[in-house]
This record gives sequence, C-alpha cells and structure tokens, in this order.
Amino acid sequence: MALSGMRGLSVFISDVRNCQNKEQERLRVDKELGNIRTRFKNEKGLSHYEKKKYVWKILYVHMLGYDVDFGHTETVSLISAPKYPEKQVGYIVTSCLLNENHDFLRIVINTVRNDIIGRNETFQCLALTMVGNIGGKEFSESLAPDVQKLLVSSSCRPLVRKKAALCLLRLYRKNPDVVNIDGWSDRMSQLLDERDLGVLTAVMSLFVALVSNNIEAYWNCLPKCVKILERLARNQDIPPEYTYYGIPSPWLQVKTMRALQYFPTIEDPNTRRALFEVLQRILMGTDVVKNVNKNNAAHAVLFEALALVMHLDAEKEMMSQCVALLGKFIAVREPNIRYLGLYCGNCLEENMTRMLLVSDVQDIIKRHQSQIITSLKDPDISIRRRALDLLYGMCDVTNAKDIVEELLQEVICDPHKLSTISLQYLNTAEFAMREELALKAAILAEKFAPDLSWYVDVILQLIDKAGDFVSDDIWYRVVQFVTNNEDLQPYAAAKAREYLEKPALHETMVKVSAYLLGEYSHLLAQRPGCSPKEIFTIISEKLPTVTTSTIAILLSTFAKILMHNHPSDPQLQEQIWSIFRKYESYIDVEIQQRSVEYFALSRKGTALMDVLAEMPKFPERQSALIKKTEDAEVDTAEQSAIRIRSLQQTSNALVVTDQRPANGSVPVSQLALVRMPSQNMEASSTHDQATSQDQINPQDREFSHQNGSVTAVVPQEVHPADLLGDLLGPLAIEGPPAPAVPAEHKDQNLLSTPEATPDAAGPLALATVDDQPNSVQPIANIAERFNALCLKDSGVLYEDSHIQIGIKAEWRSHHGRFVLFLGNKNTSPLVSVQAVILPPTHLKMELSLVPETIPPRAQVQCPLEVVNLRASRDLAVLDLSYKFGTAVVNVKLRIPAVLNKFLQPLSISAEEFFLQWKSLSGPPLKLQEVLRGVKPLPLSELANLFTSLRMAVIPGIDTNPNNLIICATFHSESTRAMLCLVSINLCSSDIRVETDPTDRTQLRITLGSGDPILTFELKECIKEHLVSIPMQAPTPGISPIQPQSPVTPAYNDPGAMLAGLL
Amino acid sequence: MLGGQLISVLRREIVEEGDEKGVNSMGIRFVLLVNKQGQTRLAQYYAEHLTLDERRALEGEIVRKCLARTEQQCSFVEHRNYKIVYRRYASLFFLVGVDNDENELAILEFIHLFVETMDRHFGNVCELDIMFHLEKAHFMLEEMVMNGCIVETSKSNILAPIQLMEKAS
Repeated sequence: MALSGMRGLSVFISDVRNCQNKEQERLRVDKELGNIRTRFKNEKGLSHYEKKKYVWKILYVHMLGYDVDFGHTETVSLISAPKYPEKQVGYIVTSCLLNENHDFLRIVINTVRNDIIGRNETFQCLALTMVGNIGGKEFSESLAPDVQKLLVSSSCRPLVRKKAALCLLRLYRKNPDVVNIDGWSDRMSQLLDERDLGVLTAVMSLFVALVSNNIEAYWNCLPKCVKILERLARNQDIPPEYTYYGIPSPWLQVKTMRALQYFPTIEDPNTRRALFEVLQRILMGTDVVKNVNKNNAAHAVLFEALALVMHLDAEKEMMSQCVALLGKFIAVREPNIRYLGLYCGNCLEENMTRMLLVSDVQDIIKRHQSQIITSLKDPDISIRRRALDLLYGMCDVTNAKDIVEELLQEVICDPHKLSTISLQYLNTAEFAMREELALKAAILAEKFAPDLSWYVDVILQLIDKAGDFVSDDIWYRVVQFVTNNEDLQPYAAAKAREYLEKPALHETMVKVSAYLLGEYSHLLAQRPGCSPKEIFTIISEKLPTVTTSTIAILLSTFAKILMHNHPSDPQLQEQIWSIFRKYESYIDVEIQQRSVEYFALSRKGTALMDVLAEMPKFPERQSALIKKTEDAEVDTAEQSAIRIRSLQQTSNALVVTDQRPANGSVPVSQLALVRMPSQNMEASSTHDQATSQDQINPQDREFSHQNGSVTAVVPQEVHPADLLGDLLGPLAIEGPPAPAVPAEHKDQNLLSTPEATPDAAGPLALATVDDQPNSVQPIANIAERFNALCLKDSGVLYEDSHIQIGIKAEWRSHHGRFVLFLGNKNTSPLVSVQAVILPPTHLKMELSLVPETIPPRAQVQCPLEVVNLRASRDLAVLDLSYKFGTAVVNVKLRIPAVLNKFLQPLSISAEEFFLQWKSLSGPPLKLQEVLRGVKPLPLSELANLFTSLRMAVIPGIDTNPNNLIICATFHSESTRAMLCLVSINLCSSDIRVETDPTDRTQLRITLGSGDPILTFELKECIKEHLVSIPMQAPTPGISPIQPQSPVTPAYNDPGAMLAGLL
Repeated sequence: MLGGQLISVLRREIVEEGDEKGVNSMGIRFVLLVNKQGQTRLAQYYAEHLTLDERRALEGEIVRKCLARTEQQCSFVEHRNYKIVYRRYASLFFLVGVDNDENELAILEFIHLFVETMDRHFGNVCELDIMFHLEKAHFMLEEMVMNGCIVETSKSNILAPIQLMEKAS
C-alpha cells in the first residue's frame, strides 16, 4: 500500500501532532526540512521512492503554513518519473506548491505534453488535471489543440474527456483565442448530447464560461440544456451512482440552470414550454423533508430554479408562486433556508426594479416585512446582513418610517446582548454590521423622509445613541442637508440645543450640535435658554472632555457666537477671548492657528462679519453616504477592523501623528514628515480670508492651510536650524545628490526676495518655511553628530546655545531603548518644551512624556522605546520645540534608530557559513554589487567599521587575506495581519566583502539573507557607510545657516561648508 | 430626491457586473479542512495563488469566523468579496470558499459528498485518517474538483484511481 511504504512520513506526521506547542512544532519541522535539504543536496543516491516520500513531507509542511523554499526541482522532476505512483505525486504536489508563473513549470511542459498525447490514460488524467489547475498562457498555446482533440474524441473514455473539458476551460480563460467560436458552437452542441453524467458535469462548466462570453454563438445549445434538465428532473436514465439522496445529480441540475440564466429570453415556444414545465415541477414538487442532506440538495435545485424563473420574466402566476415560496423561506426556522430566502428576496427586488414589474409582487414581499425585521434581530450575523440588505432594497415611502426606526433600534441595541464565543470576531463583525446599519438608516431617512424635521430627528437620535457607529460622513451630510434647507435651520438648532442638555454626550453629537448652533443659534435668540451667552456656556462645558478635532469645531462655534454678540456683551467677549488665548499654545497646530486667527479677527469688527458669515449653500451633490455603501459592500469587515485598530491607537498616540491616517494619506515617508509647516503661532498671524474656508470637514481646512498660508507668518527671530540638513540627508542617500543641491540653490534665490511665494509643489520647496534668519544656531554639525551616533550608542545628538540633547541607547534583539537627555544650559528655565516622535512605518516608537518646562541648569531624561517591525532604512524624526524668552526654537532631528542597530554580531563556523551561503540562490535573496569611490581604508579599519555596525568579522573562513567574511543576525518583529502574535524573526545574513588589492577605492560586496527586502536594505546601509565614510565626507545635507551668504562654490566643497558652520 | 436615482444606477451596475461574471468566476476558490484547534488538515486553493503570509492570514481569519459560530446559525459566512460555505463533522471543519453567485446549498452538499466518499474508502473516516493519508485525501479531492469546478460526483468514479493504485502496489 502506498502509505505503509512511507513510514517516515507517518512518523513525521505523528511527531508534529504530538508537539505541545507551536515552538516545538517549528523545531520539529525545521529539523525535518534540514534533513530533506541535505538529502536533496546529494541527489545522486536518491530513488524515486525516496523523493516521493520527501515531497509529501514538503507538502505537509507547506500545508501547516511553513515556508518551504526548496524542493521544487525535485517535485517537478517526479513528473517525469516512469511509474504511476511517483508521477502522480509529482503532478499533484506541483499543482499545490507552484503557481502558473513559476519558472519550473516551463521545464516540464514537454513531459506534460507527452503524457497528454500518450496512450496511457491514467497519465493523461494526471497531466490534464495539473494543467487544468495551474496551466498558464504558455501551456495554453502549446497544449490547447491536443486537449481539444481528447475532449471530442470518440475513442477516449469519459474519465479522460471530463478532465479534458475542464482543462480546456482553464486554457480558454488564459487565452480565449484557443476556442474558435465558429467551429465550437456545433461542437458544443454535440458535447451536450453526452450521456455520461461526469463528462456532462465538466462540459457544463466549460459551456457556462463560453456562453457567458458570447451568448449569440450558442443559441443552438439552448434546447440541449433544457433537454438535460428534463432528463434529470424526470429521472430518466440516471445511473444510481449519480443520484444523491434520491435526487438526480443536483450539481448538474444547478449548473444547467445557471447556464440557462445567461440567455436573456427563450423565444422558441416549445423549448420555453418544456422548460417552464420542468421549473413548475421543481417549484411544486420540493417539500421539506427530514433528511438534512436530501433537503439541502432539493433546495439547492429549488433556489436555482427560482433564480431562473425570476430571470426569465415568467408569467405573473409563476412569479407570485415564487414570491409565496420566498415568503415561506423567510419565515422558516432552518437557518440556511432562511438565509437564502432573504438573499433571493433581494435578488427578486433587484430584478423587479430592472423589469419594472413592481407593484403587486412587491406587495407580497411587503407582507413579509415583519418577518424580515425579525431576521434583523437574529443572532446570526450572516442572516442579519441579508435581512438588512433586503430591507434596504424594499424600503420606499410607504414603509420608510417603520424600516428606518427598526434599523435605528438595531444599531442602538446593546452590543453585548450577543454573548457569542470569539470576542475579536464579534467586535469586528459587529462593528462593521452596526456601521452599515447606521449608514443605511441615514440614507433611507434622507431618501424617503416624509418631512424634513423627521429626518433631523432620526439622524440626531442615531448620532446620540449610536455615535460610535456613525461615521463622519453621516454628520457631514446632516450639516449639508440643514444648510441647504432654510426652513429646517431653526428646528435643527433647537434640537441641537436640547441634546446639549444631556449629561453624557457622544463626541460626534457635540460636534454636530456645536456646528449647528454656531451657524444657526442666532435664529433662536429670542427663545429661553438660547441667548449667545447661554449657548456659549453650555458648549464651553464640553471643551475639557473632547478631542482635538472637536475643539477645532468648538473654537469656530465660539467665533461665530462672538460675531452674533449684539448688543455686545463685554463679559462674553472676554470669556471667549480667554479661551482663544488659552488655546494659542495648544499642542495641536490646527488649534493654535484657529485660536490665533479668531482672536485677531474678532478684534477687527466688520472683517469678522465677512469672514464668519453663515456658510453658503452646498452645491447639490451625491450623498457621500451612497458612495460609501458601495465601498462598504466590498469589504466592511476589513475596513472596520482597521478602524477599530486605529481607534485604539488614537487613545495613546500623540496628536500630530494620528492626524495623518485620518486624512487617508499613505504611510508617511520621512520627507513627508518633515513637511509639517513650522509653527510660529506666537506671531499674530493675519489670514484675512482663512476662516471662510471653514468647511464642515476640519481636515479639508487643515490642508488648505498647509498649502496656502503658512508663509504669512510674520518672521520671528527664532527659527529651527536643521530642517534642510534633515531634508537633504535622506535625499542624498536615495538619489544622486548632485541635482538636489542646485534645486536647493534655486530655492534660496527665490527666498532672498521678500515676496517669496509659498509653493508646496515639491518637498524641497518646503524649505522655504524655515528660511528665516536664525538667532539660535546649532553647535557643530547635526548631520555629523547623527552619523557618528549611527555607529555608537551614546553621544550628543544636538546642541545649541540653550539646550543640549544627549542620547544613550541600548539594543536587545528587535527592541531598543533610548534615553534622551535634555539639558538646559541657561540660568533661566526653558518653557513650552514639546517633543514629538514621528516614526517611520517600520518602527514602533513610544516617547515618554517630556515635561513642559526644564528648570535652569537641569537635565531631564526621557526614555524612548523602539520596536523594529521589519527591515527599512527610513528614519525616525524627533520634532522638538521649546521657548526661551520670546523665542521659539523648533528643530527636527533624525533619531539614530537605524537598520544596523538591530543587527547582532554572530560568529559561525566555516562549514555552517558555506552551507548557508550556498542555500541562498541568488537575487533577490542574494545580491552583489561593485562599489566604486569607496574611501580607501586599510583592511583593519574596514573591519572596525563593520564591528561598529554591529556585525561580526569572522577570520579564517576565506583564505584570501583581502576578503572579509562578516556575519550578523537581524532582528525584527513581523506582525501577522490579524493574529497579532509576536514572533521573533531571526534572519541570518552573510556578507562577503572582497577587496581588490590593487585598488582600494573599489570593492565588491555580495550579501544574502532569507528576506529579499532585508538583503537590499542592508546592502544600501553598508553602502552608505562605505562610500561616504561618515567622519570625513558628510553628505551635503547641511543646513544653510546663513542664507544671506552668496551661493558660491563653497557648497561644492564640503570642507569649506563645514568650516563655515563651525 | 437625488439619492433614489443614484441607488438605482448603483443597482444596475451590480446587475451588469453580475452578468459578465462567468468568464472569471472560479466557482470554488479553495477547500480547507481545519480541526477545532485551528490546525489545517488539508488545503487546496484554486483561484488566485496566495503567498504564504496571505494564506496564513486568510486561514486564520476564516477559521476564527467559523469556529465562533453556533450549530443553530446558518452554514454561510460572508468574507471579503466571497462566501464561505462550511460544515462541521465532529472535530473537523470543512470550509469551502466560493464566489458570491455560487449555489450555497449545492456546495454544502458537495462537502457532504466528499465526506461520504472518504467514508466509503476509509470506513468511518475520522480526522486521523485524513491526517495520515493526506495523499489519498488529495487524490480524492483532485478527482472531484478541478480548477474550481466540480468534475465528478459519482463515488465509484472518484475512488477508481485510488483503488487501481492500491491493487497495483
């Protein structure tokens, strides 16, 4: 027997099974893979039988979810084995392990072809199956004629022909030209005469694919399909083997009816009559039976028949019969049938709309409304989702009120009432579902609102009770709606005022209420409790409890209240002003800016009136919500999972960093991070137009500011020093530095003119922001300090006349811990100290709280935790600002949490080294590059450099004294998309640097690791250190401290530049 | 109101999209056998070729989704842009990923047919049979599904090659 012969496999499987935990399992698997690898290395002695055994083991390991990156050759080679058992394994495992684009497949294309055209039908079957599963375009071109021949051949047995049919289907999908339409319509029609049900099942799948692409060519096959269906439905000449619980091949019946649904109508009256007879028989003859399998199979056929009847636009009588059946299904207890009833109901709804057949059939569905609503409360989320879709589809003016209120109830209901097992699943799925409910309720409420105030009531109720599930789009839409319907404004404002009375209010509710009251509260001024002062009081009470985005809206509201403050109430004015003043130094830029601007504006009298006038009507546009349902349909659960995660992050992340995902921008690269406008919000900035932009979407607004008005800031004497250095640093690494420098010059020239216009076109242009005369200058070159810190773990990161920032780091595998030492060099305190870490995507960083004030001559220590997620050379930036006297200093400093810090020197034996080295088979795992322009260094110093990069130089492996063998392990945490288990990834990377003894400015570096990204990144990292030895030739990324100095060749000479700096 | 038109436009698009689905629709995207502990016992993918990480993530997600469900709930779970039809036999879950327009009940019974076929071969099939005879489970599945389509539903035809091989050896 096949198995008894493979004892090793059984032993292995049971070993793996007996493993207590994942770690043991991994060890066992690694051991086995090591063993197989060695055996395959000495392939000479391996028999086909042994190969077969190992290949099965590989498949087993692959199935367990381990990466097996070898053994493909051996697997594929089994295909050419002469004996069936080996050949079979070769074919089957190949189609599991490889995909159609795999190079190895090309090697065997001839063997496969020989098997297909050969005489051995078992070989034919194997080959056809593999091509059918993974055959690509090349197979399509070379094999299609042979496969077609087999399919239509009369001498071929059914077991070959059915595989040929599906193999051809694959080849056709890869290249539709292989099936010539003219010849095929007749051929297809003949194939459908087939008596063997296995062949017919396969042929039907092929037919569905062909007909879906070109209906016209296959009209002649339509009667054949009806015949097949008749034969099955009447159980004529059906072998018992194809009867499943008394039902003649339910799968073929389903497939045939599916094929029929591709034809728009059936014109021939005889065929049509015959088909309807069969359908009628199915509709009437399906009863609920006790046996689950029989019941399911019968209903599988029944549901397909229903779909076909609906598609064929049948007589009214038959339609009502269908609807009656659906009504029955919706009410039934059996969950599968109910699910499908709801699903089908929705299809019916959709068909109705398309065929304009509407009214009475729809009425029948409506009779089942209460049952559908019951399903909306089902514990099963699959059923609830279907019920929601159906309710959404069937909603119209007559039932909108009921349905929307039901949806509302559903969103609101206690999410914990369903105490199902997996909490995580519950969270994501429930969250998604509720969000969808809220969204659909909002759309329906708007679409079918019997009166406008009802709409406002519903939405506010929705936001109030289910705020967590109400996306921003929903409340934006309410605001648009109210703004565009004047009659509604006083009502909406009054309602908002009522809600604010409630003690605990959802933040979204605070936003929408504050917005509405800011715009329209003056319409209520005569009512009790609605004077500007009272409105102000009740809104400002919320201020301490809300997040930044809401504060922004509240500030706008206050500004608007101030504007309507007639006759002027000086006390109110003072209160509002004091709030503005308070928020001028808030951590968030947006808030700072708003406070400053509103404060300045409010002292301008009439200008205030213009800027803060009521928002104009919005142009009529598609409700963004509808767009959202489309998206939602794609992947609600996934999105919500992401949202939940981001929500969780918000709670502890720093303000600046979490703004970005909200804007939907791509993960930030370092350049993008430095793009933050530099903030001198102390300045009395005057943007006279800014606030009319005050869209309801605060994010839009934020952007307009970033792009538009930053440079209006009145120059202050203090300025960040190192922005350009930081900007240029990465540029110099990633691109040729030469073009970068002239670009910089241009900017400087531009800036020397006072009218320098802000231009956010390119990242470099942003340098403009900082180009103010500086009074605070860094001591020594920041880039140099940074480069030094890349190679050692403690030192000074930054220093100017007020502050010194020292750094000390410890590294343990993929974790790192910095301590930042912030030292105040002065005899007076440094205040408003703010430090924000802007981490790149591959690092998780957490900076502990930096105190706002550093006392005179004191030093503050702030730990900074780092976790490395994967290999990347992107850098983290520390955005630090402080105030000294009236001067605000803001610097952006690169943090030396660089790739090489996560390396650990590793010393291995020569044997082990060569074993590993050989197993890395070339790009992308192993890369080679010849480096030119290397700073000439004696070998010993080169070795020292690698040691300081935390890699081990291993003597004695390479006999050539000019070669260095270096070894290290790289540590990163690879997070799996969902499980969030932490696993430590130990990639060992081997590097050989071979030097050409005659020319020390060039060398060849070859390196490899188990991860192509790591290999590449590490290569680049080493290159940076070799090509521009950091101590002596810093990258031209030095900040132009004296922009007034003429642009001279000095910039081409780093030495001169450095001299200028010092 | 404006919304109405848009929704019907949306619907029409859905219908049209559905019509041209046939060409690329795979039917069955994957067949997975997973035990209660979440250990994979058999995996065969038909639709797109997934990388190992994608596969692991996918298996983790859907297994969690399905394990969390009770016996009283329906056998269909919507996941991403397709559906999972699943059935539980003792400690073993059979999960079949299908396109949205596939007939769910037909797939549900196809799972049962697979189980019955294994049962006929092994006699009282259990998780261990499948585990230790991985190759046979693969042979059977290979005879039943090809390229995401059902090839054969007759048990004796499905088992014929295996029996042939056993006789030969």
